[in-house]
Amino acid sequence: MTQTPTAEAPFELKGSLFTLTVLHLRETDLGAIEQALLVKIAQAPAFFANTPVVVDLDALADTAARPDFAGLARILRAHGLVPVGVRHGSAAQLAAAAAAGLPMLPESRPAPRREATTDAGGDAKPADPGPHNRVVVQPVRSGQQVYAADGDLTLLGPVSAGAEVLADGSIHVYGPLRGRALAGVRGKLEARIFCLGLEAELVSVAGRYRILEKNGEGWGKAVQIYLSGEHLIIEPLTVEAGAHRKS
Amino acid sequence: MAKIIVVTSGKGGVGKTTTSASFATGLALRGHKTVVIDFDVGLRNLDLIMGCERRVVYDFVNVINNEATLNQALIKDKRVESLYVLPASQTRDKDALHKEGVERVLEELKQSFDYIICDSPAGIERGAMMAMYFADEALVVTNPEVSSVRDSDRILGILASKSRRAEQAEEPVREHLVLTRYSPERVEKGDMLSVDDVMEILAIPLLGVIPESSAVLQSSNSGVPVVLDEQADAGIAYADLVARFLGEERSHRFLSVERKGFFKRLFGN
Repeated sequence: MTQTPTAEAPFELKGSLFTLTVLHLRETDLGAIEQALLVKIAQAPAFFANTPVVVDLDALADTAARPDFAGLARILRAHGLVPVGVRHGSAAQLAAAAAAGLPMLPESRPAPRREATTDAGGDAKPADPGPHNRVVVQPVRSGQQVYAADGDLTLLGPVSAGAEVLADGSIHVYGPLRGRALAGVRGKLEARIFCLGLEAELVSVAGRYRILEKNGEGWGKAVQIYLSGEHLIIEPLTVEAGAHRKS
Repeated sequence: MAKIIVVTSGKGGVGKTTTSASFATGLALRGHKTVVIDFDVGLRNLDLIMGCERRVVYDFVNVINNEATLNQALIKDKRVESLYVLPASQTRDKDALHKEGVERVLEELKQSFDYIICDSPAGIERGAMMAMYFADEALVVTNPEVSSVRDSDRILGILASKSRRAEQAEEPVREHLVLTRYSPERVEKGDMLSVDDVMEILAIPLLGVIPESSAVLQSSNSGVPVVLDEQADAGIAYADLVARFLGEERSHRFLSVERKGFFKRLFGN
């Protein structure tokens, strides 16, 4: 801000070409995809170390299939692949991918163009502009999974053991958190987890996770969890410090 | 308007069929025309608990497949007026149940019954899904131990997301907690979860607590629903549960350890 126009800009934008691995998606069943991935990993473990991939939807483009992109991205990331975008999908598929944070990559052959993603509002759900907050009123039960793409997740009921709540942004639980909570799943380092009673199995911010022991740090208390450098900090959500000083 | 009530739990062996039998019998005892359906195709048990195993000719799957009419398959209870049993098929598996068939049978039953009780099999597979799909209300049967509580939690999640009411965005299935095999002595010793512990995790209204009781096993073996045993603690607890379900106020019994008086201690009971 204080820099004069003559000073050198802090960055410059340039085009460049990359060789990327392409994952040709043939079906949408996440369980089957994960199984197949595990087989591949067993064959070539070294390949799956933060390898960027592009998801090609050509095989599904003419179908009504609507892959769960958020789930797919999570599985890929969990196994060392970093999805960077999609290509060759139908307009609705590309819109769904964009909503899950996977941009459409320019085509290597004539196919639906960029406008296809923007005018998809007619047959797909309209993409919400900017970050948004997902609010869940019902308890999240064991075996259920709730994901807030592109924003925060607010939960008004308890999160049961065996349940999983995820958000690209922060997670706010106005009740006991007994399951798993993963904030900033697409790498947002400032994401935080807030809850009124910490009894979680696992908490994670931007990929750094901690498995919690019963009666460990902050157990049963109202806490916030955030990332400080590489460390996940669990901190009580109280005004006790101030109150103590006065008494 | 007929009500469809599923008795479910996720976990096996917690007392679904015992609860189904006593709940249905209790409703019929109070004058409501009630049918209880066994959804455990291939592992038929309800007929034994209801004491009608020698009267099964046609079953639920026969009716679904149009091989028998409902009137042919329904077994009228010999003890309680207005109580009927629709047994499961023992020679088939759960694939014999399909949504259209189950819906048709339930619609037909709705014409003449006040309450339709669906005794769910354990698990979360087809049989259990079919039993809960059309439900208006659910009795979630839970034992006071962690694995049962977690499975009940899972079932509650499925009821809230996969039932017909959930799919059609209607008013959600009304959930009731039934805590069975409760032993206040063991709760006091810390071996067993307390009512409050379970309530805190599941966060649904408590309909009844059934104490651990030798009467349950006896009545199962003799084919008499335990609610008909007016002397047994479990029978009384089920009668209370039915009354509460029908809107009466009844305080919960058998929640604390019964202190034996001096004479009882001397002479036993």
